[in-house]
Amino acid sequence: MAQQIPMVDYLVLGDSPHLVANECTDCGAKFFDRRNACASCGGTSFKKTDIATEGEIRSFTIVTAFIPGADNYVPVVVDLGGTSVRGQLINTPAEAANIALGQKVRLTTYSIGADTAGTEAINYGFEPVN
Amino acid sequence: MANDDIWILGINMTKFGKHPDKDVVDLASEAALAALADGGVTIKDMGILAAGNLMGAAAGIGQQLQKQIGQTGIPVFNVANACATGATALRTVIMAIKAGECDMGLAVGVEKLSGAGMLGAGFASAASDEWTPAGRYGAVSGFEGKLGTDMMPGVFAQVGMEYLHKHPYDGADFELFAGISAKNHFNSTMNPLAAIQKDMSVEQIMAEPMIAYPNTRAMCSANSDGAAAAVVVSGEKLRTLSKEQQKRAVKVSASILTSDPYQEACQILPDVNTLTRAAAKQAYELAGIGPEDLDLVELHDCFATAELVHYDNLMLCGEGNAVDFFLSGATTRDGKTPVNVSGGLESKGHPIAATGIANIWEICYHLRGEAGARQIEGAKVGLAHVIGLGSACGVHILEKSGL
Repeated sequence: MAQQIPMVDYLVLGDSPHLVANECTDCGAKFFDRRNACASCGGTSFKKTDIATEGEIRSFTIVTAFIPGADNYVPVVVDLGGTSVRGQLINTPAEAANIALGQKVRLTTYSIGADTAGTEAINYGFEPVN
Repeated sequence: MANDDIWILGINMTKFGKHPDKDVVDLASEAALAALADGGVTIKDMGILAAGNLMGAAAGIGQQLQKQIGQTGIPVFNVANACATGATALRTVIMAIKAGECDMGLAVGVEKLSGAGMLGAGFASAASDEWTPAGRYGAVSGFEGKLGTDMMPGVFAQVGMEYLHKHPYDGADFELFAGISAKNHFNSTMNPLAAIQKDMSVEQIMAEPMIAYPNTRAMCSANSDGAAAAVVVSGEKLRTLSKEQQKRAVKVSASILTSDPYQEACQILPDVNTLTRAAAKQAYELAGIGPEDLDLVELHDCFATAELVHYDNLMLCGEGNAVDFFLSGATTRDGKTPVNVSGGLESKGHPIAATGIANIWEICYHLRGEAGARQIEGAKVGLAHVIGLGSACGVHILEKSGL
């Protein structure tokens, strides 16, 4: 199997792909990026926390692609068990009629291509739970 | 007028739109000289200059402006605070006067944005031929189109849609937001300084090219060139000026600037709500004025989806009632609380650093009874709001002179 690398370092690949956050050990605030201190309480101690992989759409938009040949895409804010995550809705048509606020979704992964060394970059997205 | 009151003595905005023959210094000079003339003073009377030009923030627009209108040696503060840059310049001058450093000062905001396209896009891709994690997310590629959007039409689309998730609306969301835009485009027909003066129906707005659902092109603020400037004076100094100057001066009953306090989802989608509500609350308390007292409001409708949430954030309606408030007609020119009678950013245009002072100009124009065809009759109190992502929020409450 070709080498894989996650699109972002807070995406954990493997048998059960999921997101991992830096959780402030003082107040519990969760961050997906590297933090010098906690934006909520100023604490400087963090631990890794796994984030749920199913949740619901709290907001969305459909961005019209302006690069010729590119597809429209559906940015979403998803509530994964109380933690908000940004991503895109995939595996469903990018049409308002197909998307509902509150809709249940789950995390899934897909390849965004291989580099010259043959390493595949893997991104996450959210797909509707039927 | 109490000694420590703060007043707008003179104010001006240029026409917003395309100014191919003028550079940022020309536009800033035009607004600054006109604001000084409007106040019946000169650059020699100014004790401080605060100026902003977001796209050229490193260039020092304040000193560049002085080279054209008067190098008097006063302190210059070049400010940058996203779309709240103009309000920040004004706030800086107000703070200097409140601190007793001087009794008069000039605030200027200017931008050239015609043809700038969509702002906020980040299409960074891997710099090398091999995927290389970079930045605080260890990302191997740019986020745009892979992990959501940072382009403003999409960000603010999500802000509006999030409101409808929190406060469910049974009707058609697209039509609702287009309706807000139609109100503002209608208002623009009475504003000769607006970049776009075109009455558009809800159907026409919905038929425009979709940018980021539910925002079509007509529901996005127009990238424009323009400048605005204000002369600020202390109450103590104003008392020494002419009766005519005192009569036209507009009282700044509250000048508030906030940043965004931590909220759970603020790293995912900018939270434009909490800091706006906080600024409004502080402003109402300071001014001793409630939202029900406002004769008109200019709020930051950078997109139609943004206007809706700010009805609620500015407490113009009950919490969660923004949709009903709009549908009741309360925010039309003839409504209970006219909002964006200038045409709003969607038609007036949004030359970023100018916007925070131009909104105040609109309020002053009505409070002075000089607004001609679009005058809100008997206007005595108004509120101007701007928000810059990042975030910064400016709220000013203005009152007509009692003279």
